[in-house]
Amino acid sequence: MRFVLRRAAFYLFTAWAAITINFFVPRLLPGDPVTALMGRMQGRIDSNAEESLRVLFGLDQDMSLWDQYVHYWQMLLHGDLGLSFTHFPTPVADIVTQALPWTVGLVGIATVIAFLLGTAVGTGIGWRRGTWADSLLPITTFFSAVPYFWLGLIAIAVFAVNLGWFPSNGSYDRGMVPSLSWEFVGSVIYYGTLPALTIVVSSISGWILGMRNMMVTVSSEDYVTVAHAKGLPARAVVVGYAARNAILPQVSSFALALGFVVGGTLVMEMVFSYQGIGYTLYQAVSTHDYPLMQACFLVITLSVLVANLVADLAYAALDPRTRQEG
Amino acid sequence: MATSTTAIEVAAPTGPDDVAQGVARPGRRPRLLFLRNSKALVGIVILVFFGILAVVGPWIAPYDPDQVSTALLQPPSGAHWLGTDHTGRDILSQIIVGTRGVLVVGLVAGLGATALGVIVGVTAGFVGGLGDEGLSALSNVFLVIPQLPLIIIIAAQLPSAGGITVALVIGVTGWAWGARVLRAQTLSLRKRDFVEAARATGERTWRIVLAEVLPNLTAIIAAGFVGTVTFAVLSQVTLAFIGITPVSEWNWGTILFWAQNNLALQRGAWWWFVPAGLCIALLGMALTLINFGIDELVNPRLRSTGMHARTLRRRGIRPRVGFTPVVRPTGPGVRDVGRPALHHAPHTEEER
Repeated sequence: MRFVLRRAAFYLFTAWAAITINFFVPRLLPGDPVTALMGRMQGRIDSNAEESLRVLFGLDQDMSLWDQYVHYWQMLLHGDLGLSFTHFPTPVADIVTQALPWTVGLVGIATVIAFLLGTAVGTGIGWRRGTWADSLLPITTFFSAVPYFWLGLIAIAVFAVNLGWFPSNGSYDRGMVPSLSWEFVGSVIYYGTLPALTIVVSSISGWILGMRNMMVTVSSEDYVTVAHAKGLPARAVVVGYAARNAILPQVSSFALALGFVVGGTLVMEMVFSYQGIGYTLYQAVSTHDYPLMQACFLVITLSVLVANLVADLAYAALDPRTRQEG
Repeated sequence: MATSTTAIEVAAPTGPDDVAQGVARPGRRPRLLFLRNSKALVGIVILVFFGILAVVGPWIAPYDPDQVSTALLQPPSGAHWLGTDHTGRDILSQIIVGTRGVLVVGLVAGLGATALGVIVGVTAGFVGGLGDEGLSALSNVFLVIPQLPLIIIIAAQLPSAGGITVALVIGVTGWAWGARVLRAQTLSLRKRDFVEAARATGERTWRIVLAEVLPNLTAIIAAGFVGTVTFAVLSQVTLAFIGITPVSEWNWGTILFWAQNNLALQRGAWWWFVPAGLCIALLGMALTLINFGIDELVNPRLRSTGMHARTLRRRGIRPRVGFTPVVRPTGPGVRDVGRPALHHAPHTEEER
């Protein structure tokens, strides 16, 4: 229990740090984005919005930095993330809540598939080391070195443009009205297959490599030798003795991998015009929509923190040692 | 991944089991061990190739990468080896000239992140107590916050996000992983006898750190550096692809930016986006291979694994989990098959 509390406290602290970074980034950077923006939008933003922008960016000079900070928190706790410039006057919070489920679904499913598949393949390669299976490693290395978005481009060129198997962009058939019908769900799956596959292909190598190296390390442990000596079938040794222990670091490295995968997915959404957070962020960046940008960052970070907390709890459930320590 | 740390720790004293090198000379370590590793060698060759290209690129490029011509969107031909883009600019020249931007950013970001990581990690591991708690919490926070979105929001709000600026942003956000690994290793080094001895003889703290601790961290620092460079290259190319960095500055991401925004995919202009991506992949793979080389250099258990299947079969070694093939130093014909892996220095001494 203490372990869980300590982790929760750490993630709360991290969330606070992320929000504070989010608060300071626009304030520490040079220039006056609001004035520049007002000029660019040419009167399409009224003076009320300008006021709230100034609060958001900390450009109201009559307030001390501390007061600004308190004010920022108040706005945040009321769910007020400001108004979007491009979709004026839609609140940023609305845009982000619409986009979030798409990203969570895409990243979630792709990551789970990549994790399970990668761990299984890594176990196999680690077990059969020194055989032909090792030659799979350079291939996975290649895929891990390729930027996600480029793989996405290739996938679109091959499977969408040339072969015409999958649509090249979007997240569901534009002619449909979103509803919970089988037809619509089918369309979402059809449109999501190519992005998800690309994410799996590019993120799987990390899991394979991690599991393989861990298998090599673990399988030299005494208890594996003992299991061999007892005459257990090879399969039982692999699954019950070696892989079972080798998988623990995989779960704990989930946290580190997730941030990376999320970053890659964001770019992937930009390539596929998939209507998630990443695509929203892309639009925000290309239209200099600062409040939307900030909100995207906050939501992404907080989601990753929650996922990490879940991974930590899973780790605690899998490995009794962590529970005992606390 | 705590994995690599523990593995390195266990395997630090290199025993006489130089199977992968096929060298059975006891006692003395063969020179240029690193270059004998085929993976590392391939990686270094590719890296050197791109390095040369980065230096001499602007002089050897056949055309000016910004020069428009009448040959619009031409497939590869004798005049334009990699074809042209929608305004008739030569793509091969863009790639050659863009190499410098990619490598400089990778190098600067890697150096910055590694320096920060070493300072924070070694300090945390060496100071201990409250300072350690604070610094570890700081690096954990930076580890958990997703880096790419953070880099994007910082770079997007800077008035001019040129190459060096992006490199600095990546460096400032990307040091945490190195710091964590270094801290763990420093903690274990701090208790070793030779450090205690140095302290007992009255060495100053900074001298202990510089002369006793840091040299033992070289491999980890190098691996961290190579890893950060890989990440920096990917991030920078991504930023250029999204269009955050100025599109007038050539790097491989800029080429992909133009290709994406001018429907290269739909027009079937593969020569526009395939070569740039392959260059990124090749560079990334070279760096990863170098990292494998470093890993195998410090962890002999992984090294003997790196033996080719054919080599193993020729020697009559049947690979099995739990056993590391070891060639005895006495006589070339004798081989030990399936002997348990014992990498701790005292054991190997006894066996010899």
